[in-house]
Amino acid sequence: MDMQKYALGPLPNDGLSAEDRDLFSDARPVPYEPYPVAVVEKFVNWVRANSLWLLAFGTGCGAIELNPLMTARFDAYRMGVQMRPTPRQSSVFIIGGYASVKTLKRIIRSYEQMQGPKFVVCLGICPINGGMYWDSYNTLNKFDEYLPVDLYITGCMPRPEVLMAGVLELKKKIKEGRADGANRYIENFEWYKANQKRVIKDWNMPDYNW
Amino acid sequence: MANAIQLLADFGRNFTLSDIREQRVDLAFCKAPKEQAVRLIRELRDDAGYTHLVFLTNTDYIEQGIFTLTYMLHNYDARHTLGVHVDLDRNAAEMESIHNLWAQAATYQRELREMYGIRFPGSPRLDEDFCLEGWDQIPPMLKEFDTAAFSLERFHSREGRGSVDPSEHMKTLLYPTHSDEPSSGGS
Repeated sequence: MDMQKYALGPLPNDGLSAEDRDLFSDARPVPYEPYPVAVVEKFVNWVRANSLWLLAFGTGCGAIELNPLMTARFDAYRMGVQMRPTPRQSSVFIIGGYASVKTLKRIIRSYEQMQGPKFVVCLGICPINGGMYWDSYNTLNKFDEYLPVDLYITGCMPRPEVLMAGVLELKKKIKEGRADGANRYIENFEWYKANQKRVIKDWNMPDYNW
Repeated sequence: MANAIQLLADFGRNFTLSDIREQRVDLAFCKAPKEQAVRLIRELRDDAGYTHLVFLTNTDYIEQGIFTLTYMLHNYDARHTLGVHVDLDRNAAEMESIHNLWAQAATYQRELREMYGIRFPGSPRLDEDFCLEGWDQIPPMLKEFDTAAFSLERFHSREGRGSVDPSEHMKTLLYPTHSDEPSSGGS
């Protein structure tokens, strides 16, 4: 991997005040490098796919569909899916429906704190094109301009069955090594940051939330 | 509650109430001038049993150049709801705060300041961001604010969005061979 491309110096952290700037890391994130032996990487991907830990962060109305997913009727635990209360322990971020500008700020903070490998699943039509809120003053229309998306599940609202099908699809993508959203984020870091700062006018957090 | 009209008539001796109407058995409305409204609401709360503030909201009548605030009050004993309308000048929208009567009114007033730009002098945390953070346009609930144009400009709409007329869509879906033209063949 070409490390020169990412050696752009420390992050400016412009949004922070002078005394806060010392409290946060200004290191740039580095992309994930697969294991040199292909069969090891394949095995690790298989392990990852069978242990998906969801961040329990309901970002929109679709979060209501996550609850039946975890209960006895649909029981996502049998697929290795479980909820975690903190981004530090999670590997899957489900954007549950529309994302407003205010929520996007929290989504970015949570997403960047998640440890790799991490995956983003967009639930519902709203993160794709705004859905029924396309002309709202506060709803993002193209979520993939702000964070990389590994899988879309469309519908309004998608039923838990569709969500489960989406989980299976995500597992397939991870096993094939195609769920590379986290790397895309880091490789196009400047582009994503510029888009995020274009809509978040009061940027008062570090440029990367370690 | 038949006494609601009677009650408002009694209050009418001390206040200039207008547009008194009973919408349902348990719901009535009246309109009070801006200067008297808070005094009226205080007396309704303290003397007439309307102890609960259901909500405080605003309507933008841009054609008439006014905002109409609605204070919705509820009387638990009589199971009756009373709405008090107050007209404000749209260009200098300012209203007396009622956060001393109900502490939660401060949140409503914060929201009205953010969404319509109405001032409530003395209301706590009035100028802090509520739903919108870093908002740099005119208040978004004003009628002159074009949300669709703003959304297109800021959020980059995704191409491929279309719309269909629901009745036409169902017609083609359910009766694919149907035609509105009269059939040419004879009987």
